[in-house]
Amino acid sequence: MSLFSKENGAVFTGPLNINNPIAVQVLGICSALAVTSQLKPAIVMGLSVTVITAFANVIISLIRKTIPNRIRIIVQLVVVAALVTIVSNILKAYVYDVSVQLSVYVGLIITNCILMGRLEAFALQNGPWESFLDGVGNGLGYAVILVIVGFVRELLGSGTLLGFTIIPSSVLMENGGLYLHNGMMTMPAMALIILACVIWAHRSINDKEK
Amino acid sequence: MGLKKYIDQKVKPQFEENGKLKSFRSLFDGFYTFMYVPNETSKVHGSHIHDAIDSKRIMSFVVIALIPCLLFGMYNVGFQHYRAIGESADFISMFLYGLAAVMPKVVVSYAVGLGIEFTVAQWKKEEIQEGFLVSGMLIPLIVPINCPLWIIAVATAFAVIFAKEVFGGTGMNIFNVALVTRAFLFFAYPTMMTGDKVWVNGEYMDCITGTVDGVSAATPLGEIASGQAVSTNVMDTITGLMPGSIGETSVIAIAIGAIILLWSGVASWKTMFSVFVGGALMAFLFKGHLSNTGNFEWWEHLTVGGFCFGAVFMATDPVTSARTEKGKYIYGFLIGCIAILVRTLNPGFPEGMMLAILLMNVFAPLIDYCVVQANINKRAKRANK
Repeated sequence: MSLFSKENGAVFTGPLNINNPIAVQVLGICSALAVTSQLKPAIVMGLSVTVITAFANVIISLIRKTIPNRIRIIVQLVVVAALVTIVSNILKAYVYDVSVQLSVYVGLIITNCILMGRLEAFALQNGPWESFLDGVGNGLGYAVILVIVGFVRELLGSGTLLGFTIIPSSVLMENGGLYLHNGMMTMPAMALIILACVIWAHRSINDKEK
Repeated sequence: MGLKKYIDQKVKPQFEENGKLKSFRSLFDGFYTFMYVPNETSKVHGSHIHDAIDSKRIMSFVVIALIPCLLFGMYNVGFQHYRAIGESADFISMFLYGLAAVMPKVVVSYAVGLGIEFTVAQWKKEEIQEGFLVSGMLIPLIVPINCPLWIIAVATAFAVIFAKEVFGGTGMNIFNVALVTRAFLFFAYPTMMTGDKVWVNGEYMDCITGTVDGVSAATPLGEIASGQAVSTNVMDTITGLMPGSIGETSVIAIAIGAIILLWSGVASWKTMFSVFVGGALMAFLFKGHLSNTGNFEWWEHLTVGGFCFGAVFMATDPVTSARTEKGKYIYGFLIGCIAILVRTLNPGFPEGMMLAILLMNVFAPLIDYCVVQANINKRAKRANK
């Protein structure tokens, strides 16, 4: 089977849209609510999960025939934990401020349902290259939703994007304007509602295509 | 009924399936059934109608009951304004000032809410649902006077969509729509709503009066929360001539509304009464806790803030409150308790009525379930004896 065959393409693009881990499978919601109050942590988190899912998938896929079935969860956890530690240290070394903002949520990637789900459902049955594509696809599918939610929340909640001011401060009420930032956007409760809207939009588009 | 015949024969077909104006069907239908008794009523045999009154007339009664609060709120806005800027004015000019300040809020709230309702009804090909008649009147009454119109519009849209339409529209909502609007304002724009400083309308209307000054005055609850002496006396809190959200200040106006609601049978006296019992009990128990001011008696808690307004108009909402008769006592009692608990024990929230009612909205089905289940168990025991 060639590297970029049609099946492999479907493995990669499926999680981006019709099989999206957040919008369709509703996995990984906890971190999606916690880290999306600003765009930058959302992007970093999405990329971290992508990297970890991809390589955990590859490693588990490579050793899938040697893992005893009864202890496979422990093996998976060890692999994921090792990867998470590496990523966490890299973040601390290169983007320290984001790492502080993400706080425990990088470590909690270990418990992210998307990871376990992909390892159990895909990597244990498929070869390393397909598993890699599947991991990247699922990670990016997760990242896309995070970026959308983070975009809305940062723009409406604090008027900035990636730290740059988008809504000029002259329109704010304390400076004589009429506009006020929506404080609820910075709370996780609003993230849940935005996420629900994303899922709503996603489903109504896909239902139409059927 | 010449007009009705004319409308039935000439105007109505325009809005039907093949008519020119069919995209406004829900709008026409809404106004038509609001003004007239619909032509199609249920068949006599096989129907299970309990009451001749339909939900549009029920809603109308609540709106009528709200009018004293609205009118008094308008007067109070003018009164507070002229007191704040230190001018004297006669009754009419105070009232007109308030009218000009309050009416835009009413219009915005109705326009946004009904707009969404009509759109959804048209889209789902359903009849227009009339639940927003009351919510649209409640919303302007529970916001501070200086709340900008666009914020009211955003909050109303949020509440109607996410507290009502996603649950299936009127009658299906878990939370009181007007209170969700206020909760949204409270959490999203806390500087507008915190209650420690509900501004008296100073600068907002300067195009009319020509005075430019941002006067602010604290509500009694805000003063308690920040440990100051309460500046309003008991008579003010009962007549309502004090700063606060537009419709909530006057106990007298709310009492008139309550009488209308009870007389027409729309609201339940059990809920209303037990809210006051619960509130009074908690206020009495936490007497030492209340304030260090000395001039604020425990029972005054029942007259300030949104307590009365919430008890009469919000807690008795037939959709979101408990429906069993025993459940109404429990539901109301807990609302009163929690409202005063939040006020006295949590310094972050000077007013607890909104949070108490929203919280109990969640528990109302559970209360009903327990009451019904208890009754079933009791009867089962009796049958097995």
